[in-house]
Amino acid sequence: MSVIYILWLREIKRYIRSRAQIVASLGQPMLYLLVLGFGLGPVFQRAGNGNYLQFVAPGVIGMTVLFSSVFSGLGLLWDRQFGFLKETLVAPVPRLQLMIGKTLGGATVAVMQGLLVTIVCIIAGFRPAHMATVPIALGFMVLIAILFAALGMAIGSGLQDMQGFQLIMNFLVLPIYFLSGALFPLTGLPVVLGYITKADPLAYGVDGMRHVLLGQSAFDPRVDLLVLVVVGSILLIIGAQRFSKIEV
Amino acid sequence: MIRVRNLVKTFGSFTAVNDVSFHVKEGEIFAFLGPNGAGKTTTIKMLTTLLKPTSGAIEIDGLDPQVRQNEARRRFGIVFQDPSLDGDLTAWENMEIHGVLYHVPHKIRRLRSEDLLKLFELWERRNDQVKKFSGGMKRRLEIARGFLHTPRILFLDEPTLGLDPQSRNQLWNIVKKVNESERVTVFLTTHYMDEADRVAHRIGVIDHGKLVAQGTPREIKDQTGAETLEDAFLKLTGSTIRDESADPAAMMRQFAKMWSGGKR
Repeated sequence: MSVIYILWLREIKRYIRSRAQIVASLGQPMLYLLVLGFGLGPVFQRAGNGNYLQFVAPGVIGMTVLFSSVFSGLGLLWDRQFGFLKETLVAPVPRLQLMIGKTLGGATVAVMQGLLVTIVCIIAGFRPAHMATVPIALGFMVLIAILFAALGMAIGSGLQDMQGFQLIMNFLVLPIYFLSGALFPLTGLPVVLGYITKADPLAYGVDGMRHVLLGQSAFDPRVDLLVLVVVGSILLIIGAQRFSKIEV
Repeated sequence: MIRVRNLVKTFGSFTAVNDVSFHVKEGEIFAFLGPNGAGKTTTIKMLTTLLKPTSGAIEIDGLDPQVRQNEARRRFGIVFQDPSLDGDLTAWENMEIHGVLYHVPHKIRRLRSEDLLKLFELWERRNDQVKKFSGGMKRRLEIARGFLHTPRILFLDEPTLGLDPQSRNQLWNIVKKVNESERVTVFLTTHYMDEADRVAHRIGVIDHGKLVAQGTPREIKDQTGAETLEDAFLKLTGSTIRDESADPAAMMRQFAKMWSGGKR
């Protein structure tokens, strides 16, 4: 237990100490929120879909959590070749504990980052429909964070060099983001696109948040919850398995 | 303390370690020497449970590190070729994590961390982030950390790489001191022959995965009829230059160097 705790704490400390990085990582969400939010707002309004800033805010929060959590796992690549990872791998501790500590740490950092962006959204003019439901949105954030931190660990355990990192970014993380319905409504899509978005776990996370924050959603919120829990559990198992096979 | 019999490791068709056998006694300082790519690091990785041997037997303090992995791990400390500290954390926090990972009880952890940091002259800087440390300080901290859980064996994989003569000298003095005071067995690799000559009780020379000589520095020099250990080493391993292919780790190392402004 104390091993999981100390590795979790390590991730939190590293996050809090990298102030420049915290500010830098707010840049992208703010671009999406402010440029798209205000830029596409009038068109969105004219199409009869209401306020775009309201619509896109949960998507931008989801994006922040996605990026932050996947990258925490991919950070293994760095840790692995000459970082701290070796120090933990030769310690008399089961690999599973190491993996859980790091995954939970990465997920916690992602949620903190998500909360920070939530505050930015509120400053920009985002208003949740009911304040009482905000804690439930936090629950969805946690699920998204754990799911993608585990995915990051599963991939990071096998990554060998920096080129692989670019591949993952362009062919996995960005598609997950753009196909999740973070930026556009998932209703009335062309058939193929509709199927693809249904295969994207982030779609259920963003949809769940939208449901609790705005009362609008494409799927049943119970389906959202179920998909996140099931896919998250599967990825945790895969991540743990792949992490246990790391050789340095 | 360390007993290795007919150890073999192959990667595909390449044999990195080929039928190596040796024995390191308790309290001994054993230097494992060899040109680049000779199989030194691969051997250390097998001794420290990071790699599975293809065949052969290893005993660490009487334990097979493959079968009783965690018990074996408790018995050794290791300083890797590449730094394995967390630069964002302080020296004290790095010690603390290590103590928790090795199940050192809280009170002993604090006392021993303090003693070791003082011994390695890092106590005043304990609350500074490690990334602000010089190469020599980082090395000292890594070795101090390696001692925290009172290991019976300390593995040092090229611990003085990239250090200036002052830091190297200081580092070996401390290692010798702890070797004498705590009876810790030391297994080290280095490219500096003068260091090996001065520090090691016994030496093993490995080349192309095979152990080509074993004995005290004196014996090895006599064996080859050379004046210095460096000459003996060159006679044993030839003077052709070994080019290691750039593996991902080496490339990342270079990349990291670029980013950290050439500092280790």
